[in-house]
Amino acid sequence: MFSEYFNQFDWDKEYHSIYTKTIQEAETALFKSHRTIEDFKALISPAAMPLLEQMAEMSHVETQKRFGKTIQLYAPLYLSNECQNICTYCGFSLDNQIPRKTLTALEILQEIAVLKEMGYQHVLLVTGEAQHRVGMDYFTQMLPLIKKHFAQVAMEVQPLERMDYETLHDMGVHAILVYQETYHREHYKSHHPRGKKANFTYRLETPDRIGQAGIHKIGLGALLGLDDWRTDSAFTARHLQYLEKRYWQSKFSISFPRLRPHSGGTVPKSIITDRELVQLICAWRLFNNDVELSMSTRECESFRDHIIKLGITSISAGSKTNPGGYAVAPESLEQFEIDDNRTPQEIAAVIQQAGYDPVWKDWDEALQTH
Amino acid sequence: MIQALKIADKIFSSRLFTGTGKFGSIAVMEESLLISGSELVTVALRRMEHQHGKPDNLLQHLDHPQIHLLPNTSGVRTANEAIYAAQLAREALETNWLKLEIHPDPKYLMPDPIETLKAAETLVKMGFIVLPYCSADPVLCKHLEQVGVAAVMPLGAPIGSNQGLQTSSMLEIIIQQATVPVVVDAGIGAPSHAAQAMEMGADAVLVNTAIATAHQPQTMALAFKNAVEAGRMAYEAGLGPTQHHASASSPLTSFLSSL
Repeated sequence: MFSEYFNQFDWDKEYHSIYTKTIQEAETALFKSHRTIEDFKALISPAAMPLLEQMAEMSHVETQKRFGKTIQLYAPLYLSNECQNICTYCGFSLDNQIPRKTLTALEILQEIAVLKEMGYQHVLLVTGEAQHRVGMDYFTQMLPLIKKHFAQVAMEVQPLERMDYETLHDMGVHAILVYQETYHREHYKSHHPRGKKANFTYRLETPDRIGQAGIHKIGLGALLGLDDWRTDSAFTARHLQYLEKRYWQSKFSISFPRLRPHSGGTVPKSIITDRELVQLICAWRLFNNDVELSMSTRECESFRDHIIKLGITSISAGSKTNPGGYAVAPESLEQFEIDDNRTPQEIAAVIQQAGYDPVWKDWDEALQTH
Repeated sequence: MIQALKIADKIFSSRLFTGTGKFGSIAVMEESLLISGSELVTVALRRMEHQHGKPDNLLQHLDHPQIHLLPNTSGVRTANEAIYAAQLAREALETNWLKLEIHPDPKYLMPDPIETLKAAETLVKMGFIVLPYCSADPVLCKHLEQVGVAAVMPLGAPIGSNQGLQTSSMLEIIIQQATVPVVVDAGIGAPSHAAQAMEMGADAVLVNTAIATAHQPQTMALAFKNAVEAGRMAYEAGLGPTQHHASASSPLTSFLSSL
């Protein structure tokens, strides 16, 4: 399990080693053909900033070589905002006085109709963590309903047991995303004081359980800004490297959620600037040329328009982050604020303008039938 | 003019096979494929819209009399998954031709020799014209031949790597031993690599990434077309043997003439 490997590392030492990297180390890292974790740390370090344009150029070339001139499109479908956890930064946190909602089968179908109308074939199902109301019973009941409308179904829900992931895999779920939020054990605890999510180690070992269940794609990420984003990214890179060796039949994707304002939330501890986010995305590509890099609608229009060419391989568009947001209850409270409100068709046009093919379908139910 | 190539019951005048992935737009793809002169184009089932009775946009752009479609099973991990996907592809594209691809490792997309052989055997029995993507392993290629595949498609280098014929000494053995056409697939990054494969005696090459991700895919398609033709022409014309040293004098045996 990753937790044993993780325990060999010390947050403060990692932090220190990133912030003392020199531009020479970053240059050396840049011109290597195979890059190590130390190289990744050099590339995300403050010292590497003067190399940003070169990094961007190389990331652009590497990404096109592996993924072609294509960008995949997906949409989140929020099924529920019920949650037993307290997360200091999240709109769905238990202590937030908001109306709670879990979609019924009928409501899910209404939402799906809107997503299908938008052209979506890939969907990401999102929930909070309310084990009894929105647990495996709910998922196994709703999945067959959802699955027949999409070529690819991904889930971003509470951590589950290996057996549950096996069930989801058998039901045709393609990808599972679970973000560690932060790899700083103590600060993790202070941001997650209550609920099942308070168990740092259980969450840390979740991607192992997903991998053991044979899920095709595993999504990782840290909530950038919750703690030092560089150190968290270095740990995410270690996590990826560890998982890739063990679960060699799975693909991986990395997301870059930046801590955003929500109703009554945490102030980011470290702000990651636009420039630094570009640096981070390029560094990821140079570290791993076939990991998928995903960008949500948390980011603003002009940033998203330009990032298409720099290493990102999939983006969402027209997203609603409230259950029922597409059709059932468009006015309810969102999990986080959307900065890019353009429609999927407008985003597809932007992608085409950049010389890329917007890909709506890149999986098929037939490919994972046992 | 170069000799035509026969695979199963089809005659190809072009020995450049292509793919449809990674292009910046469907229009550029269509133009590039037409310029390449390619007559066999592989299409991933995962990218095709074959449900809900909607016409597939990609397929509409491939609807040209000279282009034969070669559906592939990219994405499957096992023989059973490949067999299921193959049947769906046959139904959707109305062809029994199949590029069998089983790469359980999504990182380097290395073909699984064990699952590929298993699937090939079953699919041939089911009436498919099977062209398996495989490692450049001469023994595996013989086994594939024995179960009845229509051609073998050994890799030149990891797929999408543009590294050229890294496996050339194995490819030479495969070509020498083969009783079915050998199509070098994967790793061909430059027209010179394609020419090299053809000079070596490969029956065809399959090129996708190098064309699709070029700055000007249409021009690159033409460059590959010319390179494949030049390489094949040279092979048919009979290349002179490669000399590793000069042979003007015979220092070790010249004494014989004075005896």
